[in-house]
Amino acid sequence: MKEQKTPLLNRIHIESLGIRSFAMVGALIIIWVLFTILTDGTFISVRNLSNLFRLTGIMGILVIGMVGCLVSGVFDLSIGSVVGLTGAITGILLEQMGMHYLVAFSISLLVGVAIGVWQGFWIAYRGVPAFIVTLGGMMIFRGITVLVTNGCSIPISNRPFAVFGQGYMPQWLNIVIGVFGVIAFILFDQQHRNKRKSYNFALQSSLLMMLKYIAMLVIVAVFVFSLNSYQGIPYSVVILIIFYLLFAFIYNKTQYGRYVYAVGGNQVAAKLSGIDIKKIYMKVFIIMGLLSALAGNLLTSRLATATPNAGNGFELDTIASCVIGGISLAGGRGALFGAIVGTLVMTSLENGMSLMNMTAAWQDVVKGLILLSAVWFDVANKKK
Amino acid sequence: MNSKDEETIVNEKDFLVFENITKYFSSVKVLDQVNCTIKKGEVHALVGENGAGKSTLVKILAGVYPTPEYSGTIYLEGNPCDFKNIRHAEEAGVCIIYQELELIPSMSVSENIFLGYEPKNHGIIDHDRMYRDAAILLDQLNAATIHPETLVERLSVGKQQIVAICRALSKHAKIIIFDEPTSALSDSEVNILFSIIRNLKEQGVTCIYISHKLNRILEISESITVLRDGKSIISGPRDDFDEQALITHMVGRELEKKYPRCSHTAGDVVLEVRDFTVIDPSIPKTLVDHVSFSVRTGEILGFAGLMGAGRTELFMALFGAYDDYDITGEVYLNGTLLSIKTPRDAIKRGIGLVVENRKEHGLVSCMHIINNSILANIPNMVSSFGTIDENLAIKQTETYAQEFSLRYSSLEQLVGSLSGGNQQKVVISKSLMPNPTVLIMDEPTRGIDVKAKFDIYNIMNKLIDEGVAIVMVSSELPEILGMSDRIMVMCEGKLTGEVFYHDATQEKIMEYATKIKE
Repeated sequence: MKEQKTPLLNRIHIESLGIRSFAMVGALIIIWVLFTILTDGTFISVRNLSNLFRLTGIMGILVIGMVGCLVSGVFDLSIGSVVGLTGAITGILLEQMGMHYLVAFSISLLVGVAIGVWQGFWIAYRGVPAFIVTLGGMMIFRGITVLVTNGCSIPISNRPFAVFGQGYMPQWLNIVIGVFGVIAFILFDQQHRNKRKSYNFALQSSLLMMLKYIAMLVIVAVFVFSLNSYQGIPYSVVILIIFYLLFAFIYNKTQYGRYVYAVGGNQVAAKLSGIDIKKIYMKVFIIMGLLSALAGNLLTSRLATATPNAGNGFELDTIASCVIGGISLAGGRGALFGAIVGTLVMTSLENGMSLMNMTAAWQDVVKGLILLSAVWFDVANKKK
Repeated sequence: MNSKDEETIVNEKDFLVFENITKYFSSVKVLDQVNCTIKKGEVHALVGENGAGKSTLVKILAGVYPTPEYSGTIYLEGNPCDFKNIRHAEEAGVCIIYQELELIPSMSVSENIFLGYEPKNHGIIDHDRMYRDAAILLDQLNAATIHPETLVERLSVGKQQIVAICRALSKHAKIIIFDEPTSALSDSEVNILFSIIRNLKEQGVTCIYISHKLNRILEISESITVLRDGKSIISGPRDDFDEQALITHMVGRELEKKYPRCSHTAGDVVLEVRDFTVIDPSIPKTLVDHVSFSVRTGEILGFAGLMGAGRTELFMALFGAYDDYDITGEVYLNGTLLSIKTPRDAIKRGIGLVVENRKEHGLVSCMHIINNSILANIPNMVSSFGTIDENLAIKQTETYAQEFSLRYSSLEQLVGSLSGGNQQKVVISKSLMPNPTVLIMDEPTRGIDVKAKFDIYNIMNKLIDEGVAIVMVSSELPEILGMSDRIMVMCEGKLTGEVFYHDATQEKIMEYATKIKE
């Protein structure tokens, strides 16, 4: 009953085992080595890495939401403006109204959700293309941000709120979490492996498996101990890791996640299989709104100011990160892990080039070329 | 005798010759040694069932499928022609007018006529000349009422067709191919078209005419070629044929005993449809016209008809797949009136649909076998937090894969890399997983190999034994005759006949299928 494996099928299996993600990790390592050499080691200093990861934390949160949009076949251009608006709202509530930071934070998140409902409604239930709705949103929410802030930055002096974007986890906790993290990873992977074995599915070789575990252990150890040697792991990175795990679960294991991939892969087939496409798009945009608000608050907290142009251009950086990480703009393809690695690539480029004192203009040129070549690499590979 | 005269005579008689044309689509042979000769200045009709190969044959002539894609030779005026693309064929004087008139609705009549061949003056489009030339062409077809500056979207279908013909004439076409030209036209528009075709004939243009409407074919053509299953069956002057003879040639195949027919006993009525009407308000057009029928447990109800008869539209509408059409009528399942607004409702109530077009409407090709198979049944497979029970998903997929003898290397193989027959089995698994009481199968075996066909027929028989009622929509008459217990025939949105299988013949069904209410 089972056919001989052909090379084509082998390749598909390799892809499904995430080799592309490994290639991305390889590219990331090359970039890091390159910048370390070019900056005489400044790049790899713990202080810089801490900074880099904090930036990645904020972008990563946005990327998690954008993966949902792109995989389901739409995109959201408004997130930069939503980041700005929600940050400004928190700033106003904290500084001008003197609210408790948790209340201000919650209200700001609710605004993000409301924006998601608004955009989702027009896209899902009124049939306006997502491009137009979110392009409109980009203007509307940026405009509102400038209106509510009167075009001025709002400095934030609230200490507990600042900890959120600037603070670090206690060092002993990092070690405990690191150890448990690695153990949990190996246990889950073994369980997954046994399950696959019982169904006679293709398995990673034992060698690759051991390498993976060792790599994981080394990465976690280096990550925890090096960051501990500075000040610890930034909260924003912890938040990203939590949301990454949560959404990796949602996108891979739940009904909603499977539907997102199906709708993006073939909308008609998804509809004829009984999927409520409108509801899926509604949820995609609500999640995107919520995550944008979270990112907006992280950014405001980190900068200790709410500025009217905060988050400018984030939407395109986010989409670029996803695309570099292997998410298809046509929908249906790509994994969250790859997109997060893509984010790390983008933020590393930005950080490294800043260290080399390259101007923003040159940074844009380089980032654009990297984006172009990453996608070309994919297109060329697919043709083979 | 001088040889030039002789050559002219040959050219007059054998103006266009198809010699042993054979063409495959992947592994399926769609044209098999087709031979056909067309005289200069005549109206030659190509007749045959859906899938007989008519459109493929003319597309080869029009350069849509260039040489390495087919074998055999086409001679135009005695010279073998080898068109590399559509433009190449057009330059040689071969133009095709498709059923879905390929005009750009937002552009004007004159712009459409000269699209790609705009008269230019120093590289700038000469609008005055274009306008003047368009008016001359329209006048030539006695259609001066069409203004060259009108936008095409404002014209009726009949007038759009005239624009398409003008486009062909502007390229100095020697041969104009009409592919199903009358299907969207009203009777008076057909008469206008016919007078234009006669007019073209007088101007020495050769016309190839493809249609299902036999009475109309007999009215306009001078000679006829009948195709069946990719072979040229008979060719001759129009007077050799009447409607009955054409039907006999179209369907006159030997029925092989390749269908695993089992005796079924029909039970109670499960699905009853009353006065079902589907209207596309944008054209507006009635796609399904007051159709009533019922399906019983333990029977396969066949739905026969030609392309465009409204069968797919009937069942897609019934399944809740259309958002924009006006749908009226009642659907009862086991005696209770259903209100189906979306495919979700239909699936919940126990109606399954195996869609007609598996690639575009059935499969998510970038997902693997498991995810495609379970797609319609995920709500029944979730545990806490909306988590999909992967064990259950894999087990169910594996059960169906084994039962249907699916050929795969791993259940994680992407469905895009499966063969057509195996893809179809995945689509059927998907529709069956939610345990439907009525399964609608639209063209269940189109474009798949014989072995997979046989597997699917066996699946159908097995489902009947399990008490599922099956509706099978099919354009392949042998399949309809070989598998159905009862056959409904549709033509132009209406039910035109009902036959029990022991009374059914290919001729009888084809008669109902072409019975157009005048």
